Amino acid sequence: MERDVERLVLALDVNGERAELLVPVHKTLLEVLREDMQLTGTKHGCELGECGTCTVLIDGKPELSCLVLPVQVEGRAITTIEGMANGSELHPLQQAFAELGAAQCGYCTPGILLAAKSLLESNGAPTRAEIREALAGNLCRCTGYSKIIDAIELASDRTRRAGGDVQ
Amino acid sequence: MTAQNNGFSVIGKPFSKPDAVSKVTGRAVYADDMLPARTLHCRILRSPHPHARILSIDTSAARRMPGVNAVITGSDLPIKFGILPVTQDERALEHEKVRYVGDPIAAVAAVDEEIAAAACDAIAVEYEVLEPVMSIDEALAETKDERIQDYGGPNNIHKLVALEFGDVDAGFAKAEHIREDVFFFQGNTHLPMEQHSAIATFVDGRVTLWSSTQVVHYVHRALAKVLELPMNRIRVIGAAHGGGFGGKTDPFAHEIIVCKLAMLTGRPVKCTLTREEVFYAHRGRHPVLMWVRTGVKKDGRITAMHFKTALDGGAYGSYGVASTFYTGALQTVTYHIPAYRFEGCRVFTNKPPCGPKRGHGTPQPRFALELHLEKISRDIGIDPVDLKRTNFVKPMTRTVNWLRVTSCGLEECTDRVMRASRYRARQKRHGRGMGFAISSYMSGAGTAIYWNDMPHSEVQIKVDRGGVTVYCGAMDIGQGSDSVLAAIVAEELGLQPRDIRLVTADTDTTPIDLGSYSSRVTFMAGNAALQAARKMRGILVDAVEAKMGGAEAVTVGAGRIGDFTFEQASILAEARFGTLTSVGSYTPPKIAGPYKGSGVGPSPAYSYSACVVDLDADSRSGIVHLNKVWIAHDVGRAINPLLVEGQVEGSVYMALGEALMEEQVFRKGLHKWPSMLEYKSPTFMDMPEIETFIVETVDPEGPYGAKEAGQGPLLPVIPAVSSAVFDALGVWIDEVPVTPEKIVEALRRKEKGEAPRFGPVRFPSIPYPECIKVEPPDQDRST
Repeated sequence: MERDVERLVLALDVNGERAELLVPVHKTLLEVLREDMQLTGTKHGCELGECGTCTVLIDGKPELSCLVLPVQVEGRAITTIEGMANGSELHPLQQAFAELGAAQCGYCTPGILLAAKSLLESNGAPTRAEIREALAGNLCRCTGYSKIIDAIELASDRTRRAGGDVQ
Repeated sequence: MTAQNNGFSVIGKPFSKPDAVSKVTGRAVYADDMLPARTLHCRILRSPHPHARILSIDTSAARRMPGVNAVITGSDLPIKFGILPVTQDERALEHEKVRYVGDPIAAVAAVDEEIAAAACDAIAVEYEVLEPVMSIDEALAETKDERIQDYGGPNNIHKLVALEFGDVDAGFAKAEHIREDVFFFQGNTHLPMEQHSAIATFVDGRVTLWSSTQVVHYVHRALAKVLELPMNRIRVIGAAHGGGFGGKTDPFAHEIIVCKLAMLTGRPVKCTLTREEVFYAHRGRHPVLMWVRTGVKKDGRITAMHFKTALDGGAYGSYGVASTFYTGALQTVTYHIPAYRFEGCRVFTNKPPCGPKRGHGTPQPRFALELHLEKISRDIGIDPVDLKRTNFVKPMTRTVNWLRVTSCGLEECTDRVMRASRYRARQKRHGRGMGFAISSYMSGAGTAIYWNDMPHSEVQIKVDRGGVTVYCGAMDIGQGSDSVLAAIVAEELGLQPRDIRLVTADTDTTPIDLGSYSSRVTFMAGNAALQAARKMRGILVDAVEAKMGGAEAVTVGAGRIGDFTFEQASILAEARFGTLTSVGSYTPPKIAGPYKGSGVGPSPAYSYSACVVDLDADSRSGIVHLNKVWIAHDVGRAINPLLVEGQVEGSVYMALGEALMEEQVFRKGLHKWPSMLEYKSPTFMDMPEIETFIVETVDPEGPYGAKEAGQGPLLPVIPAVSSAVFDALGVWIDEVPVTPEKIVEALRRKEKGEAPRFGPVRFPSIPYPECIKVEPPDQDRST
């Protein structure tokens, strides 16, 4: 290949693991996660910042990985869906989504779970209206959103009853 | 949740989907997640013109680019294909003529996607641009340059249908009130979250394709035809599926292209459509113009109906012939119509081809029919709910067009939503309104897409040292068909769904199922699974009986068969009978009427729904705020009520999007908004609370009495929205979507003393042929 592509050595902190990569500077975080790190749990629906499917957490806050360049997030904590469960133990949100049928085709699910995780970390007992507001940027075409809201409420209730923080 | 249990240990109980954990942990492998070593990436060059002849294609510059492994054009894949045998009108790549912006012309396989895209840019195509045909009226008119397709006609008409059941003129003569209305339903698209994706390999002379498809079998057939390979040298596997809604029910160009490129390069080749390309792949809701005339008695009983439709089909056939019939088929399945005339027409236009979207061809006429009856009820001074109820079909009847109705929960569905919504006691206040509508849908088409006598679904079960594996071609597209298989087999074998392993949607390893379309999987694969499971249960019980000496009856349940655990019983049976396998299959009953065109509409069972929508509509801005939706759905029996609710709620959601905002519109031959930002769909903020009621009528032929849930509940919601707007503001919006602009315009007309409505005013003159006259079945002659 004779193309002149500028490449960059990057050190990314993804799910608590440090990875060093050599990637073209213009590749998005979404592409680097999926293609260079095989973290294909992060999905894409538009690659233009419109659908929320590719949401990951950066320092705990939801960001659209299709609009982020890896160089912007060097040294910051990136969380993808692969980093949400504690080993084989599902995160309370994952458990609730599985139980209540909040994932149908499952394609928007990773992004929505991460956005919900971020919500519960800042607001442990959100109202249904607050849940809607927090997830307004994530589209889902299967569920009509009802079961997703139910599942987030269930996870929040369980976590509070257990007296714990949602991690 | 209102589903009853009735003594089952699994059926009727909510349980998680078998793949729930893989989906919430990001481990489910969708087609684009696959990246085998040495994968090449494919991009497709598409037409920038809505209608043009291709004079030449020069790929030499693209071929010379470093990193490019193969470039193909239409001459490499000249054989035409299409989902319906009667309309084999598509090519994977067109080298003679393009018919819409986005029509595929050439494809490149390269080491990365950017090189493939750059190579597509380097392909030079010379066009002779033709006048595009962009509307139903233009398609009906004399063609300016040349017709879009070289079949059908006159002009750009694709298909004409004209059927008459019973004596329609006599029916109108008996009527005491007759009304005519015109309606329009704008086209819209599925917008699955997952962009279509396919990846192929070619190893040992065999092609393997993983694809995001709803119909592995039909893709298999199309590949065999176009690639000129026997089916046994092609394997199609349904990857984890990121949403279909009918949009992945055709065989697609990119699926054929990656196979061809894999054959040429000997390397895996992947193609994932961009979101813009997904809008061009389309096969979505047809825009349909409708005219309906109905005669009623003073008490509201229908005496005759005449229904005309004109469908804007886009550039190719797709499912269009079936879609055309569907715009006239199911009117009779909810209301008793003693005499019925249907005239349908589909035209070709230079737009992405339309096809099946959730409800396939029936949401449009349902919208028209429900509003039309609302208007009739006001004409004759009868409450619309009463008028509709007066005409409800009865269980165990045949309609005038020979459709066989078995179980029917219309009455109970209506009661449930009436009571819960307090529709009749609603406070009348300007700007607040409620709307009511009902509907029905098929539990699978009674006939296959291509004519054959084979079963529509087949299941194999293997039991091995206590492990149960179910093999079935059914494709789980997120709706939960795998759950249905697991539940049924678990119920019969006295196990839990988590005990069942599933192998599905793989043409090499699973027996056939025709796919996830027409709401057929629960009914058909469910019945096949039930048959196979009962045979396996019989084998296991026989072995245990022999061991126990036959003194007492062997019970199956709670993981035990008689005195033995399931595992012990399976070991006894395997020792006695050898390999433990059983099979089941399902062929729908032959119930189609005795006329040409009767293949579209028959189903072994129909689901029923009723819905009430409560909304506020602002008379200054026209903006609609949804307050709540109540929906009751007769699913026959809820095998897994959790998933039934999910299907119902998802249908309500998709309907609300179509009712209020989703539309696929074109300007100067170009799609106006091929992006998720501009193609408006409901977000978390737009969705009201939904109250769902599951009604169980226990259908005599469904597995445990089950019927469909995935499509039917969409249908009543759209007319209920428009009715609620009338209830709120006193204006009829006879056109979908019901946008603020249309509401404001209708209010302006009302203020000026004009007809208080927004919608089409005329139905074009269409050269329908003479109606084929069909004698209704016996029971209708007697009424």
